Amino acid sequence: MQALYAQLLVGLINGSFYALLSLGLAVIFGMLNIINFAHGALYMMGAFCAYFLLNLGGINYWWALVLAPIIVGIFGMILERTMLQWLAGLDHLYGLLLTFGIALIVQGVFQNYFGSSGLPYAIPDQLRGGMNLGFMFLPVYRGWVVVFSLVVCLATWFLIEKTRLGAYLRAATENPTLVRAFGINVPRMITLTYGLGVGLAALAGVLSAPINQVRPLMGADLIIVVFAVVVIGGMGSIMGSIITGFALGVIEGLTKYFYPEASNTVVFVLMVLVLLVKPTGLTGRAA
Amino acid sequence: MTALTDDTLPVTPRAMRDEMILFAVMALLLASVPFTGVYPFFVMQALCFALLACAFNLLIGYGGLLSFGHAMFMGTAGYCSGHALKVWGLPPELGILVGVAAAFGLSLITGYISIRRQGIYFSMITLALSQLLYFIYLQAPFTHGEDGIQGIPQGHLFGVFDLSKPTVLYYVVLVGFLAGFLLIYRIINSPFGEVLKSIRENEPRAISLGYRTDQYKFLAFVLSGTLAGFAGALKVFVAQNASLTDVHWSMSGEVVLMTLVGGLGTIFGPVVGAFVIIAMQQYLAGFGQWVTVIQGSIFVICVLTFRRGVIGEIAHYFRRSM
Repeated sequence: MQALYAQLLVGLINGSFYALLSLGLAVIFGMLNIINFAHGALYMMGAFCAYFLLNLGGINYWWALVLAPIIVGIFGMILERTMLQWLAGLDHLYGLLLTFGIALIVQGVFQNYFGSSGLPYAIPDQLRGGMNLGFMFLPVYRGWVVVFSLVVCLATWFLIEKTRLGAYLRAATENPTLVRAFGINVPRMITLTYGLGVGLAALAGVLSAPINQVRPLMGADLIIVVFAVVVIGGMGSIMGSIITGFALGVIEGLTKYFYPEASNTVVFVLMVLVLLVKPTGLTGRAA
Repeated sequence: MTALTDDTLPVTPRAMRDEMILFAVMALLLASVPFTGVYPFFVMQALCFALLACAFNLLIGYGGLLSFGHAMFMGTAGYCSGHALKVWGLPPELGILVGVAAAFGLSLITGYISIRRQGIYFSMITLALSQLLYFIYLQAPFTHGEDGIQGIPQGHLFGVFDLSKPTVLYYVVLVGFLAGFLLIYRIINSPFGEVLKSIRENEPRAISLGYRTDQYKFLAFVLSGTLAGFAGALKVFVAQNASLTDVHWSMSGEVVLMTLVGGLGTIFGPVVGAFVIIAMQQYLAGFGQWVTVIQGSIFVICVLTFRRGVIGEIAHYFRRSM
């Protein structure tokens, strides 16, 4: 049973990353009509950012948790201003191709300087050790990742669904021209939205740095799984992305326990099944 | 949403004559390669990728479907052909057949699944399916995991042509490429191809005219996947191995890049793009990961400033379809 709980926990952690990343993808897709292929590379940049802050600036984990998303978010906003904005009105596919190119550049540069091996990032002192819950041993850091991710996801949901800013955002997703006519600076909102989505990816990167090592290709394979998550959940609903992300993480964890050979492929297989039964995805409307 | 190719030129008898002249020039140029002293291995490799890119272009350029997993057809055909040649000891013609049949079967399944969603979702689904296949091949015993199938025998095609001789192999690959190219050309200019283009331009309208667009897209997907498999089966004889790199997503990305550089929806574009990208990899092989950075930069530059691609720009200048 211990092993089962341990795998469930790993599943929940992966689920947190899926949720944070697919949430960012959904927010970006809503505003920019772009599937951000660079999301995995930006997640990796978040982890590297935390590594640099610690090793070059002596800035600890807690500050990295705040600073890395901001730094990478600003990088994302520069990308949006200099490149992505010129794709407005073009076929969606160009956005995919452009961000794929950006991902190749970013990952290639990091691979040149850091190779393919991982760099260690220590767990902060406050979160070391573990707790005995009676039925299992819970490493504090892992518990923290799950709880914190959940809080961030719900906060993002609250921001978009329940605040005035979120209402502008949803309105601009539906009809940007009309929202502009009300005097709202929609291009700036688009830039900030991209920054928010990228920031969420970077935050996931910082969270994963102490668990998975900091590697240039850490986001490359992850983003494909997240794409499958997005296909399963659909990008129509924020809450849908969060729930699907966590649920698929847990299912993956269970698969690791019961049938480890399929743990790499279970999300893709589920995607196939969902497409066969309900082609629009679990929460999505017709594309 | 604007269409992928912003200018569609009418196919006139004159334009078709021009295209046939261009095709003859290309065939002659390629046929004379062994006499020029150019390294034939490089050209053969480029020809296989050119056919793969042409097959990919059939789907994106004429059907408007961006497959981000086309390497899976090439890789699957490569593994199956390689296995048939090496383990079963089949002659080359049957080995190719096994690979093409495997790609055909795979495209039936993946097409049935992925065609259910349009646009961006289609791309993500094909990418996810190819990643699924990658993990299967990583664990399946007959692919030998990380090592791949090595030292695949070339044998005698139809018992006559000795494929271990570079010149013979070159012409066999060239004939295969030209046949595939002509088949794609024929498909594009058939009534089926015209319907496909109309779906790319305006799918709801094609539906309202009574076309079952899903069936057309499915058939285009199967044709494209099978032809990509043919390219993969030919490549087995050139490289004499089948490995995981051929099914990896980065390979699918390269195919997209080749077609983008040459020109989406142009007839000769993917061929030009394949030669450009393969030549670039050849010359920049010593620069390590910078090749990835350069490829990414080409993606960015092409999408931002050069969306028609090399052949697309030339065609636009002369107001011809190429």
